[in-house]
Amino acid sequence: MFNFSEIGHFWVYLSASPLLGLTLTLCAYVFAQAVFARCGYSPLANPVAISVAIISLVLVASGMSYQRYFAGAQFVHFLLGPATVALALPLARQVPRLRRSLLPLACALVCGSVTAIVSAVGVAVLLGASPELARTIAPKSATSPIAMAVAEHLGGIPALTAVLVICTGIFGAITGRFLMNVLRIESHAARGLALGVAAHGIGTARAFQVSPEMGAYAGLGMGLNGVLTALLAPWLVPLLMVWLGK
Amino acid sequence: MLQAFAVLLVFQCLGEGLVFLFGWPVPGPVTGMLLLLATLVAVPRLQDVVEAGANELLRHLSLLFVPAGVGIVVAASSAGGQWLAIVVSVVVSTLATMAVTALVLKGLMPRRAPDEEGGGV
Repeated sequence: MFNFSEIGHFWVYLSASPLLGLTLTLCAYVFAQAVFARCGYSPLANPVAISVAIISLVLVASGMSYQRYFAGAQFVHFLLGPATVALALPLARQVPRLRRSLLPLACALVCGSVTAIVSAVGVAVLLGASPELARTIAPKSATSPIAMAVAEHLGGIPALTAVLVICTGIFGAITGRFLMNVLRIESHAARGLALGVAAHGIGTARAFQVSPEMGAYAGLGMGLNGVLTALLAPWLVPLLMVWLGK
Repeated sequence: MLQAFAVLLVFQCLGEGLVFLFGWPVPGPVTGMLLLLATLVAVPRLQDVVEAGANELLRHLSLLFVPAGVGIVVAASSAGGQWLAIVVSVVVSTLATMAVTALVLKGLMPRRAPDEEGGGV
């Protein structure tokens, strides 16, 4: 006879071990990739958004806590570190080309980075967000480890920043193509850099799906926007808050 | 593949170490990336060593963001009733940042041969 309480025990055992979180993450992602391929790699079927939605639904439906899920998923999360270091390779391959346009790249990076911080804080405050929330959202275009460190330094909520960073990345990766078409921007350099600066690693992942060149520029945008945000935000945000009367 | 992974981890450790020692506000992996970039440019031979592992990791870059993204389940409550401000801010700011970055680069970049142009994203 099949014993249902056995299943209960098995579930308790599984959800206590890191295996379940890891399996769930990989399965959701494999499924999301299949949907992405089925949709002809349209930016609308973003694999990160689909995976996050599936896993969130499973967590809510099963009552599994995020901490428990993360105990398994952290093995995937950990790889973000080496993957960030690995971005040096596509960059190194583009160095001869980057050298030729150093000044335009530097200007575009600084303008993009400042726009990201100022517009995020400005819009949030104008719509009535608390100063704490404005500080949380300020570094949203930087890659998550930098954004979280900056939010902590500014007095925001780092955990919420991490989520806003992912939302920003997904939104940028989904809308990038349409915005660039509207603005009539064709070069892979400009498209890639814009994706990297505004939408960090998720934008960069999207850019790599189009071409290695676009990916390299996106990686450059992501890396340098991260550094710039870490340097600019700590003095730009307090200045903005005073100016906005908060 | 393993060799490449070892190199990546070594540079991440170097990055973390420098950040810790000097108290820089930049995360270790980003510092490690800049260090590896300088090394790869100085010693181009190393590029082929790192290639296999780096490309494999970057091919699945999206996957690595999934665990942090699922944090939305717990973060949703910490925003209080301010979701409208958050959503509009993320939408407007992301579009503005992409537009400004791309337009500035397009305006300042010397024109390139037509065969190098292309659409996509």
